[in-house]
Amino acid sequence: MSESLANSQLGAFTYDPAPESTGVVRLQSSYGLFIDGTFTEPSSHDQFVTLNPATEEVLATVAQSSDADIDRAVTSARRAYDDVWSKTSGAERAKYLFRIARLIQERSRELAVLETLDNGKPIRESRDVDIPLAAAHFFYYAGWADKLDYAGFGLNPRPLGVAGQIIPWNFPLLMAAWKLAPALAAGNTCVLKPAESTSLSALALAEILQQAELPPGVVNIVTGDGQSGSALVEHPGVDKIAFTGSTEVGRLIQQRSASTPKHLTLELGGKGANIVFDDAPVDEMIEGIIDGIFFNQGHVCCAGSRLLVQESIADEVLRRLVRRIDQLRVGDPMDKNTDVGAINSASQLARIEELTAYGEREGATRYTSNCALPEKGYWFAPTVFADVAQSHRIAREEIFGPVLSVLTFRTPEEAVVKANNTKYGLACGVWSEKGSRTLWVAQRLRAGVIWANTYNRFDPTSPFGGMRESGFGREGGRHGLEAYLDV
Amino acid sequence: MSEDRLDVRKTYKLLINGAFPRSESGRSYKVETATGDFLANVAQGSRKDVRDAVAAARGVQQKWWGATAYNRGQVIYRLAEMAESRRVELRDHVMLAEGLDREAAQRLVSRTIDKMIWYAGWTDKIAQVLGGANPVAGPFFNFSLPVPSGVVGVVASQESSLEGFVEAVIAPIAAGNTVVALASERRPTPAVLLGEMTATSDFPSGVLNVITGVTSELAPVLCAHEDVDGVDISGVSSGEADQLNVVAAGSIKRVFRPRGADDDELRRLRTFVETSTVWHTIGQ
Amino acid sequence: MIASVACVSTAPLRLVTPEDRGVRVSQTGSVPMIDSESQLKALLAGMSGVDAVGVDGRCAKLATRSIKRSSKKAAIDLAISMVDLTTLEGADTAGRVSSLCTKALRPDPSDLTVPSCAAVCVYPDLVAHARYVLGPSSVAVASVATAFPSGRASLKVKLMDVADAVDAGADEVDMVIDRGAFLSGRLGQVFDEIVAVKAACGEAHLKVILETGELVTYDNVRRASWLAMLGGADFIKTSTGKVGVNATPQAALVMLEAARDFAESTGHIVGVKVAGGIRTTKQAISYLVIVNETAGSTWLTPEKFRFGASSLLNDLLMQRLKQQRGAYVRPDEFSGD
Repeated sequence: MSESLANSQLGAFTYDPAPESTGVVRLQSSYGLFIDGTFTEPSSHDQFVTLNPATEEVLATVAQSSDADIDRAVTSARRAYDDVWSKTSGAERAKYLFRIARLIQERSRELAVLETLDNGKPIRESRDVDIPLAAAHFFYYAGWADKLDYAGFGLNPRPLGVAGQIIPWNFPLLMAAWKLAPALAAGNTCVLKPAESTSLSALALAEILQQAELPPGVVNIVTGDGQSGSALVEHPGVDKIAFTGSTEVGRLIQQRSASTPKHLTLELGGKGANIVFDDAPVDEMIEGIIDGIFFNQGHVCCAGSRLLVQESIADEVLRRLVRRIDQLRVGDPMDKNTDVGAINSASQLARIEELTAYGEREGATRYTSNCALPEKGYWFAPTVFADVAQSHRIAREEIFGPVLSVLTFRTPEEAVVKANNTKYGLACGVWSEKGSRTLWVAQRLRAGVIWANTYNRFDPTSPFGGMRESGFGREGGRHGLEAYLDV
Repeated sequence: MSEDRLDVRKTYKLLINGAFPRSESGRSYKVETATGDFLANVAQGSRKDVRDAVAAARGVQQKWWGATAYNRGQVIYRLAEMAESRRVELRDHVMLAEGLDREAAQRLVSRTIDKMIWYAGWTDKIAQVLGGANPVAGPFFNFSLPVPSGVVGVVASQESSLEGFVEAVIAPIAAGNTVVALASERRPTPAVLLGEMTATSDFPSGVLNVITGVTSELAPVLCAHEDVDGVDISGVSSGEADQLNVVAAGSIKRVFRPRGADDDELRRLRTFVETSTVWHTIGQ
Repeated sequence: MIASVACVSTAPLRLVTPEDRGVRVSQTGSVPMIDSESQLKALLAGMSGVDAVGVDGRCAKLATRSIKRSSKKAAIDLAISMVDLTTLEGADTAGRVSSLCTKALRPDPSDLTVPSCAAVCVYPDLVAHARYVLGPSSVAVASVATAFPSGRASLKVKLMDVADAVDAGADEVDMVIDRGAFLSGRLGQVFDEIVAVKAACGEAHLKVILETGELVTYDNVRRASWLAMLGGADFIKTSTGKVGVNATPQAALVMLEAARDFAESTGHIVGVKVAGGIRTTKQAISYLVIVNETAGSTWLTPEKFRFGASSLLNDLLMQRLKQQRGAYVRPDEFSGD
């Protein structure tokens, strides 16, 4: 064998940049609040900037909602509920939701580009995952609006009223869809607060709501930071809080709404275990592990951030994983060939760096992709930690970044015990060709979602949500309606 | 009493992990009938008793949930049989505790036993009614299974010493949870009797644990315990419930608060059931 | 400031090293000797399964790779050099083979920078003619044999077919496996045939056609790939082009994974050929992407990767010219054969 053949270089055939055109997006220099069907100035005239995390360039300035603005939005939602939406038949509500779904599909290119600009996620993901799924969510719940009697909650289930909805920055438009679609189908009106660093696609959605001629006030979109979210949670006119975000904030919200009649659903953090048995379909399993942790830069609450691999194949799996992370294409999110985009914010990057530094200090072996990172923007190279112990911080805390911790097990029982050894309970993966064992494991995992021989799949018909400190309530499917009905 | 004989009085003890200990604290407290007569000195449970009960409930939860739904239904039905055979005793205790007349107490006991049977029949229906297949847009078999939250703490009704207690503890147990229940503080004996009946009903030890004592002392301990997954706080005033709710939020617990007469009777089941959704690839 | 922090941490971090990277062709391994059918069966049965949904998903993702500008230009030239320009029709004549050979030698007579194809592929009776037209050029003569395409003949007949082709000057022999034997579990028979054909090939390279469309499952494709490689194949090839399902990205992916794993464990590099239904530049480039991200540079040469095709060549030439001119060109720019 000649020396030149000793190493077959993966990715030797290099791809020229293939950037998606940003021409389809017309950014405004500043955005107001969407209240009562129109864009209005915030009462305090406070604004903050939203950045492109891949370049650190300012995209626009966005309004900071004050308590007065939140009050205006809630008042508008209440009026819309009393005067219009509660008197609109399910069949009519359905048609509005169908309209919104179609408008999202029509403007999908623009929304994908906007999402990637504001969030830093690869255009391939915003184009192929976020935006189509957002449309699908509206489509799915549209069909429920006039069939609530059949949803299993008794005849004529009533909506809750005004829903205050707070969403995270990792899937901005998709999370808006997850919140708005079931709420509106069930007959509620909404005040939605997008995450501070990713407001733009929600504001584009506001425009779509206008195009759909949704009655004013049925959906209000208020931008701002945690203060604005807090004001929404505390507002006495809100009947329902739906929150997606960190367990820390979720805990505070549950405490603050404890002495109120507000209904609450929480979709919080996770530390998902991806369990790999020695009979797993090996190539697909490697891709599944990669998908599980590097999809959306690991900014995924259900990320498979802990790999539990059967000891007998651990070396082989690690070797293949390390080879694979080096192959990931990290860089310009707008490039159609990019696999891993930018970290959403400087603060998130700092958090990832802090926890990975701990990982090294605690003695785990770190492998980091040799990829070149852009000069500007927030970046973190895909990283795998081997030799991780259950007690390490990187095995216990949610990193919310492209960082995988690898642990081993010997028996199915041990795998289950290790997977469940966390305060969270959101998602797990199981990889095996043996159906009976997969189901045995699935039955014992304390997780709201279990993916067998796949990972990070989402669908509007499939309930999503956690156990334990990953929160309560489900989004998606028939179960998702329960969060917005008085049942 | 009419017999010319000094009656043998019963000691009312806790039920923890299938055993009937006095409180580890050695304390007891006086319980009176509805008319103010002395009824018994009942064990006054402590923080440590709550802790031991939670550990027992946690220890057996996998086993209880791992039993077939058919089997769980049979066990609960067996409890109803035991209650039926001791319905006179239950009636008398409800009369004493709640001050009802004989007929009203009898009706209440009958209703309670019928409720147990209703829940016994639920164990193998929950998955079908609350779960199901999800038609995802892809080559995946996707199904949602209702699974128990785990360990449920019950702060049982202060007024409804039997019926309220049974409803609060049997619903989560039927769904596969294990329970640590604080009995009504002033009316604890019907709950203690029910606990005793579980000992002859094939209940695995620890599935139901019954603590008697001072609610204001024990409820915060139960609601703060991080290894408790959900709490039913029917048995406290709404102001106290708010406080307990804050405590329960510390570990993101599921919280059940009663909503009044028109409440959905499935809500007790739904509150302590989690939906676990499993995806599996479909391919040749 | 933040940007530069990304790779700076408190301890020196360990980048993926050259040893970790790429596909390491074993320097020490060797192809295991197969002594019995039970040994062969045990070896193949012990291989990990293939999850069809995962394979489909991986291919769908790789299909989104957008190959533009100089990458596309390089890919087109590489693809041209990998074409086994093929005619396998009952109506084939010496005349048609002549024009095919001429085309393979110089695909675009107006542009000498266009590389030659890898080979022409014909039936055994036309090998001698092809050999004559091609002369001592770099373009090889490949011949299908072993009762192509069905393989339904005795081993004796198959071996004579091979001998015929080799004697007539074939550099490469494309055999078909006995799918019937494979599907009914007579793996030893399939193996023995490959070994016998390999011996009959002598110096000629052996391409083993799995006919993945008839094997149906990806598990079968993986096992048949290993079986063929263990039996001595120089290439494993997807299809005859004569059945309903021919080359697919999925089959190619599974076969490339097998070739990669085989090289890693045995040190033996087996090539992969996709054939049947590949007509467009876009398809060809998407296969190159799969090669690039699965097996790597060692397979990105005509020695280790081929396209069995006919009309593909003209589409590659058209796209090549379009890249140069910046405008779409008319099909008549190039000769039909």
